[in-house]
Amino acid sequence: MYSASDLRKNLKIQIDGEPYVITDFQFVKPGKGQALYRCRLKNMITGSQFDRSFRSVDSFEAADLQEKKMQYLYKSEGKYTFMDSDTYEQVELTEDQVGDAVNFLVDNIDVEILFYGDRPLGVTAPNFVDLVVTQADPWVKGDTAAGNSKPVTVETGYSLQVPPFVEQGERIRIDTRTGQYVTRVK
Amino acid sequence: MRAAMIQALRRFFIHHGYLEVETPNRVATLAPEPHIDAVVSEGCYLHTSPELLMKRLLAAGYEKIFQITRCYRKAERGRLHLPEFTLLEWYDAGKDYRHLMDECEDLFLAVARDLGRGDSLSCDGVDISLKKPWERLSVAEAFRRYGGVSLEKALDLGRFDEIMVERIEPALGPQPLFLCDYPISRGALARRKAFDQTMVERFELYIGGLELANAFSELVDQEEQRDRFEQDSAERARQGKDPYPPQERFLEALAFMPEAAGIALGIDRMAMLFADKKSIDDVVAFTPEEL
Repeated sequence: MYSASDLRKNLKIQIDGEPYVITDFQFVKPGKGQALYRCRLKNMITGSQFDRSFRSVDSFEAADLQEKKMQYLYKSEGKYTFMDSDTYEQVELTEDQVGDAVNFLVDNIDVEILFYGDRPLGVTAPNFVDLVVTQADPWVKGDTAAGNSKPVTVETGYSLQVPPFVEQGERIRIDTRTGQYVTRVK
Repeated sequence: MRAAMIQALRRFFIHHGYLEVETPNRVATLAPEPHIDAVVSEGCYLHTSPELLMKRLLAAGYEKIFQITRCYRKAERGRLHLPEFTLLEWYDAGKDYRHLMDECEDLFLAVARDLGRGDSLSCDGVDISLKKPWERLSVAEAFRRYGGVSLEKALDLGRFDEIMVERIEPALGPQPLFLCDYPISRGALARRKAFDQTMVERFELYIGGLELANAFSELVDQEEQRDRFEQDSAERARQGKDPYPPQERFLEALAFMPEAAGIALGIDRMAMLFADKKSIDDVVAFTPEEL
């Protein structure tokens, strides 16, 4: 159980049997008056959002969420299929549910799938992934006019800015939380 | 900026004949505020405001006193709240809350001039004029204008605080404004109004949309104060909060306390106003999360 003073951005709670994530949070309190905890809540199943204020006496159940390590298999007809490599159990997620993680999905990569009960809700990619650069403009050594970065595309189709010395065919490490280049890998 | 502002505040009070005092931060008891909770410290409480001890100094004969001190309030954290913050509190014997409104105007003007700002401040792209007099609006009128329901109805429904923060405070605008005359349940240490026994002489000062200061014409009637404390203690008990020890020494001192006006001003929020910052985090060296 959470009390109102535990509320904060990104906390996941359960209201009327459905999981919600707090996407925006404000603590307000009039002089000598009761504290109000103003939240913007996003339903983790439907994605619908609404605002609600809670009082300090309110309490909340934690959303019954579990993460499970699964392997990405393939994409077919707009659905992404993942498999538990111990039980061989498979689940399908929609493009919306996969979200930004789609930028980092290569075959057989291990990811965390978020479940509400039996229901898959989303995907978290590993913090760092190594991907092959499939398209990059060549770098002319000494060309300082080109600036400090250039755009490249990696094997998943994701585009990002990298230092000018990165060449096509090289592997680079990307921080999936920011989507940014970290380093070249051999 | 913050340091220069605090130095300007001190100069103002010293120039106007106030004595700077210090009272303990660890105290034996506190006013039983229904919605303010203290942190326990080895059998004592960290004070949530220096009010009771400063009033005992008034009762002991100190007529004009001020204090700048850290205060501690449990579970208060937000864009405008820190669980440990700096309060400026001052008392003036023989005066009432109207006098404090005039004095607030003079204080902000003096600090602004001292900091080379002239008579106006810029806040979030809006010019705020500090020229006297500032608007004075009663709480009842604010409910009529902005609340959507009358003050009486809001109290009956138990929605006073909610309507205050959701509808009234956002409608008050950035210019300086005194919101005055609160219902008696919202000012346990304030004197009743002479012509309306259901209301007390309390005001809150707003500038730039920030609630900056809270002031009373102080209640000095010992028996009435005892009754009001009992009501507030009952409200705390109803919410399942631990009681504070009896405030006997304070109540005894009240018999000797002169009529007085008292006010508490949030230094951090005042620094937000003068530095044009949107979050209290931007005017302190460390937030609790950075410790």
